[in-house]
This record gives sequence, structure tokens and C-alpha cells, in this order.
Amino acid sequence: MSDAVLTQPAFLTLSGISKRYAGVRALEGVDFACERGKIHAVLGENGAGKSTLIKIISGVVQPDSGSMRLAGQDVSFATPSAANAAGVVCIFQELSLMPDLSVADNISIASPPRRFGLIDARAQRRRAEQLLAEIGCEDVNPLMRVRDLPLSRRQVVEIAKALGKKPQLLILDEATSALTSADVEKVYAMLARLKAEGVAILYISHRMHEVEALADRASVFRNGRHIETFDKGKRSTADIVQLMIGRDIATQYPPKPARGAVKPVLDIENLSWDRHLDRISLRVGAGEIVGLGGLDGQGQKSLLLALFGVLRGVTGRVTVEGHEVRPASPAAAKSVGIALVPEDRKTEGLMLPMSIADNLVIASLDAISTGPLVDRARENEVIKRAIARLQIKIGAPGDAVSTLSGGNQQKVVLAKWLMTDPKLILLNDPTRGIDVGTKQELYRLMRELADQGAAILFYSTDYDELIGCCDRVAIMYDGRIVRELEGDELTETNIIASALNIDAATPDAAGAAHA
Amino acid sequence: MLDDIAIRVRQNVGIVTAVLLFAILYLLYNLAHPKGFSSAVLVQNGDEIFALAMLAMAQTVPVLASGLDLSVGAVMTMVGCFASYLLTGAADGTPLHLDIFGLQFGLGTFPGGVSGILLGIVLCLATGALAGFINGCVVVYGRIQPIIATLATGAVYIGIALFLRPTPGGKIDEDLNWALTNSLGDFAATVHIFDDGAASWFAPVAWIPVPFVLLILIALLVWVPFRRSVIGRAVYAVGSAEGAAYMSGLPIERAKIAAFTLAGFFAGCGGLFLAIQTSSGNADIPQAGAYTLNSIASVVIGGTSLLGGTGSAIGSIFGAMVLRVISFFFRIFDIAPLLQPLFEGLILLGAVSISALGVLRVKNTLELFR
Repeated sequence: MSDAVLTQPAFLTLSGISKRYAGVRALEGVDFACERGKIHAVLGENGAGKSTLIKIISGVVQPDSGSMRLAGQDVSFATPSAANAAGVVCIFQELSLMPDLSVADNISIASPPRRFGLIDARAQRRRAEQLLAEIGCEDVNPLMRVRDLPLSRRQVVEIAKALGKKPQLLILDEATSALTSADVEKVYAMLARLKAEGVAILYISHRMHEVEALADRASVFRNGRHIETFDKGKRSTADIVQLMIGRDIATQYPPKPARGAVKPVLDIENLSWDRHLDRISLRVGAGEIVGLGGLDGQGQKSLLLALFGVLRGVTGRVTVEGHEVRPASPAAAKSVGIALVPEDRKTEGLMLPMSIADNLVIASLDAISTGPLVDRARENEVIKRAIARLQIKIGAPGDAVSTLSGGNQQKVVLAKWLMTDPKLILLNDPTRGIDVGTKQELYRLMRELADQGAAILFYSTDYDELIGCCDRVAIMYDGRIVRELEGDELTETNIIASALNIDAATPDAAGAAHA
Repeated sequence: MLDDIAIRVRQNVGIVTAVLLFAILYLLYNLAHPKGFSSAVLVQNGDEIFALAMLAMAQTVPVLASGLDLSVGAVMTMVGCFASYLLTGAADGTPLHLDIFGLQFGLGTFPGGVSGILLGIVLCLATGALAGFINGCVVVYGRIQPIIATLATGAVYIGIALFLRPTPGGKIDEDLNWALTNSLGDFAATVHIFDDGAASWFAPVAWIPVPFVLLILIALLVWVPFRRSVIGRAVYAVGSAEGAAYMSGLPIERAKIAAFTLAGFFAGCGGLFLAIQTSSGNADIPQAGAYTLNSIASVVIGGTSLLGGTGSAIGSIFGAMVLRVISFFFRIFDIAPLLQPLFEGLILLGAVSISALGVLRVKNTLELFR
């Protein structure tokens, strides 16, 4: 089962761990070990059992059977704090921050510095500054409320919080998925430092290049079982993907059709908003997938929100199929044929406690209603069609959408909008935290929609994805579109160069990149 | 540094608004009042504000943990009824007995004198805290939503109050009443300190009403340490994101119980003062209800989010004061008492809308839902 030979006694050993949720197998007889001073990647599709594994190690759930040893001692953690006390710290994908508390409060939440029995606000602040500096993110003011920070900064705070617990075993669960590229570098450096200090690191990521760059060793999980463990360089990416999904994948991305002249659907002229969007002009034609690239936080998300009527005070001209539109709300945007798959599917994309069926039809109730009443027969019919078309794996349509895996949840979000027959589909990083198999299905679906005449504007933080999926990629920098890449120009080197704005002819633009 | 101040102001906009609103209203009130800016008016206002301010503080704590406490008025009433038995101040003590459906149980004699009064005060406050503790246990271990749990326990507490005082009555020591409901000078004269309040150094502060001093003391000695304690932080964390608080290894259950216990304590303080002020115990059900609703209104005016996680009991004190000052105006302008609820409601709506004005400045409408 294991190709890798442990070079030292394992720090953490799991033997025969099994876990079922309501009769569904999540983990089955898992043996697993990791060492100090190694970064150990854990790979697998969503539903492969990675999250359950982490939850068991970090005390969130208890295994049904099996045992766990940490540093030679038998352990079982009843709560996350018990795990923390033993030096096991997890950075969860779902952020564990309290939005109304300040950054400093959050970082020291578990064991704040005290004076006379009360929390010492000043020491706490110094501690926050120190930890943030350790990751290289001094720009976050510890006084700020977490609520007021963008997602990428929240994740930085989350990492600082974990670091403050002095981990012996650090678990990162998709911890870099929301980070900006610059911050990712800093986190890598931090991980290298921790590794040198002898911390054992478990690293869960769907980004293969991250795993390749970081991990000393990797373990692949599939269907609740530990499939294989191997050292760095022993398996090619293709092999790994093969192990993860257990079936052949011909091509990762669907082929791009040769394009002639396209009928323009979206035409943006001189769109500006606040300080975040600066005279944006862009066209997207019917059947085209246009990517938005660049470093995180250069205005890509704002552009999508502006088009969807979420932002106030937008200037410039937007036409959809020749008609000028100026949506004042998402409802208005919907009525002119625009759909948006939002950044955070759990809060903006879905109503988690509601059923899969309710979520699917929530944006297109008008179409299936007669007068004020929803036509149940038509509702059931469109739901059945949508589930079949997107191959969403579900128990029953009446189940809460929260019972689905992340990938299937994202499919529900997409399906919801497809029911409105949109002319323009805006995608805000739709594959974040989604497993390889589902990602490919999403790519296929995007191409299919484009072939049916939709115009797609696709923001992604994954350059591979932009190159593989898009007919054209517009690179944004500081609220502007600095370059559009097409055909052969569409390479990783070009994207990165344009993203950093370093190939711009004007010297002042290059200067801005260094600033 | 300036950045830090700007951040703090922005984060406490609700409280700042409440303070400013109170300052403006109270200034206008004093200008319009024939005896404005006098110690007498201040004393009278202090007495009228104190109980509601305490209930507002009481309500704040469970609200911060995102739960409403509908029993604060009932706890206040129950503690007031207890006080009317324990704080009589009779020199040779007060005989206590229980009358359960005609059966008499003697409970001995509660001590009199100063020590008896001090013991009585401690017992009354402990009763309030105990009632709150029970609320917390019902919520945490019964896994019942706070609003329902406290609706039920509140009815129980009112029941106990009615049992104790089927009709208004009882007695409170006169010196105690006089000492606590007047100015610091009167307090010193009653308890014979600082040369009966005549000490020259004492003169500059002798005019300050005792209720305001009590309010400040309770805020400083109870609220501020709580706010800065680990358990206080946990209360905010639970209200902000309970799941995240759990994952951070915080004592969630203890935090909730602490929140309700503290609420019971504050409500007990209010009840104790109300009994001392009126020199009697009265199981007044409509009054208990009105105090509960006004406590919620005060919390909102004071800038605390009903969703939990943000706000402060200090803000709620100002919220309570704003609410009270509004009713003071009715006296001056001689508005028909039957119209008062109408005006109070309109002004409450207006006051709450001011804090919602920030919505208009939001450029990204998605932020409204976060």
C-alpha cells in the first residue's frame, strides 16, 4: 500500500480508522502516518474522505473504530481544543473566524494574553502584529474587524491564528485557495520555516502545482480508503490524477472550437467604479468564453459584481445584445439575461438549509408559475431535467442542499442560473475548492453553454484553467484591463507577465508594479 | 495612530450616535425645564433612569450572544418583591413565614439593622443572578431557543413574585430609600460619613445623584471586567459565529450560561433599586412586560446588533437614557398620557433609522447582507 519508507519514527500514526455518517461510509480501515519536518500532501476528490480524516485528527469528530498515536502516545481528541492542547492545529477550509471580533481578538481567541486575569489588549495586539509579520502580512491592521476584510485577508488571519497556537502538527485544508498569489508565496516560505523547525505538516489542496511545489510526500485517498503514499517525484501529475479519480481522463479541458466572427453579446465601454474599476472596455461574443485573469484583487470580482447590478455608482456604458443596460440590482440584471455564479457558494450562491429542488428553481420561479402560484408539476419536471443535465449526484431533490459535496453544490448554483436561460454568464472563481472530477464536468458544461450561444465571462485564480478553458483572457491590473491574450499568446508566462504588469511598454506602469 | 482612532470610531458608530442623541435631547430638556441644570432635576431623572438602564445592560449580554432574554422584567419584579421582605430595616429583625394554600411555615427571623440590610441586598442580587443562571441552564442543557426558554421562565418568575406579593405592599428601610435615591450629599448625611457630607473637599461632588454613581460603579466594576475577560470574549464570539467559536475551542456553553447569569444579576440590580425607590414590592405584570420591551429598544438604540456579536452594555445605558428622556419631554410639554405610546413609538422608529443611515453609503450592495 505504501511506496514511501518512513525515515524516522512517525509523529502521527492512524491505524484501522473507520467512520460512518448515518450509514454512509466516510473512512474505511485507514492506516496513515506522517513525520516531523515533512510536508505531506493528502489528495483525493471531494468525498474521498480527506475532510473526515482531518476532522478525526483534529478532534472535530470521533472515529467509530481504530486508534491514533501522536509522538508515541495513544491519543483520542474529544474536542478541537483538546487537539490544540496536544499541538495539533488545523486551518479549516471553512473559516473559523468570528466576523464581529477584531483581527487581534480572533488570533488570540483560544488563549489571550492576560494581566490581572483580564485580557491584555495591548499585548494581544502586539502578538497579532508579530504573527502577521511572521507570515509577511503586516498590512493587516489588528484592530480591524474580520468582517471588514476581504476573503483573502481573512485567510491570512486564519493562518496567523493557527500559527499562534504553536503547532506540532499543522493541517492546512485548502488554506491557500482564497489567497492572493503574493500571499501564497509568503505562506510557502512560512511552511518551509516550520518544516525546518520539525513541525509535521499535512497539506490538502486541489491545486496540483501547489502540491508539486511543496510536498515531500503525498497520500491519495479515494472512496474513504487510503490508496497510496509516495515520495516527491515518484508519480507524474497524470498518474496522481489517475489514482485520485480511478478512471482515465482523456483531456482535462474540452477542445476549443475554431471561431469565425462572433456576434457580440456583451459590450462594455469605459466602465468605472469607485477606485476599483478604471475605464474598462471589453467585448464578449456569443459562444465565447472570456477569462479574467491577473493577480487576485485587481478588480476582477468588482467587474462581475458591477455587471450584475450589485455595485452602486458605476459609470460607463454596458450593452447586452445591443441594448444598453444599467441594472440596479441582481433582479434587474437577471431580467436582462445576466447570471452570476458568486464567489461564496455557501452564503451567496445557495440557501443551505433549503432543499436542492428549492434552490434549483429559486431564480426562475416566474417561469414555472401561473399567477402567484408555483406550478408543482412543471417545477418537478424542470428540476429533474436540470439534475440529469448537470449529473448532480443527489439522494432526493427534497434533501437539504447542505448535504451535497462542494462540487455538487456548485453544480446546483450553476444549474439554478441555467434555468433562467441567460445570455451572459458571469463566473466568479467557480472551481475554488472543488475536486478534479467535478472541475472537468464544469469545464465541459461551460463549453456546452457557450456552444449554445451564451457569452461567458470567467474569473479564475487558476492560470491553468484560464489557458485550458478560455478563448480569450483579459488580464487586469489595478482596476484596468492591461492586456488581452488570445490563441498562441495564451501561455502561463504571458499571463504571469501581464498580471505583474511587467511587460507594459510604459516605464511608469512598470514602476507601479514594483511599488 | 489616527488610523486606529478612525477604525474605532467606525466600529462604534452605534454607541457614538446614542451618546450624541442623548446629549442633544437632554440639553434641550434642561433648557426647556423651568428648573433645568439643577441637582434636583438630575436626581429625579437619575431615579427614573436607573432601573431601565440596568435592564438594558441585562438585555445586552444575551443579545450579544444572539439570544433575547424575555425574562428580565420578570426577574426585576421578583427581586423587587423579595426586597420588600428583606430590606424593611426593622431594628429587631423581620419575622418571615410562608403561606402555602393556608399552611403556615415559620422561617425564623431575618436579621435587622445595617448588617441585615447588607445581607438582604446580597441575597436579592444573588436571587437575580440565580434566576439568570437557571435561564442559562435551560437554554444550554435544555437546548431550547432563548426567546422561548425565557418566555417560560419569565412566567415562572412572575408567578413567584405574585405568590410573594399578591397585592402591592411591604416596606423598605427609609434611610436606605433616602440614601440611594438622592444626591451624594444626602447619602453621606444618611450614613454619617465625610462629616455627614459637610466636608469641604466633598462639596464639589455632593450634588451628583447616587443612582448615576451606582450606574457608573456597576459599569466599571462588573461590565468592563466582564468585557475584557475570556468568558466575555467568548460571549461576543458565540454571537458572532457560534460554529467558529466552537472550532476555536471556546467554552461555548459556559459563555451562554454566564451571559444569562449576568443578565439576571443586572436585572436584579434594577429590581432592587425599583423596590428601594418605591419603598414597596409590587408584582406588576404590565410593568414587567413594559420594562422587558423597553430594554430591547434600549439595546437597539444603543447600537447593539440583535444578531449578536457587536455592541456594548455602555451603549445600551445611553439607549435607555434616550428612551427615558423622550418621556421626560411629555411632562414638560404636557402631552396627553394616552398619546405617549404613539410618540414614543415614532421617536423610537426615528432613532433606530438614524443608525441605519449608513446603508445609503454602501457602494457594494452585497455588503448589506454580510
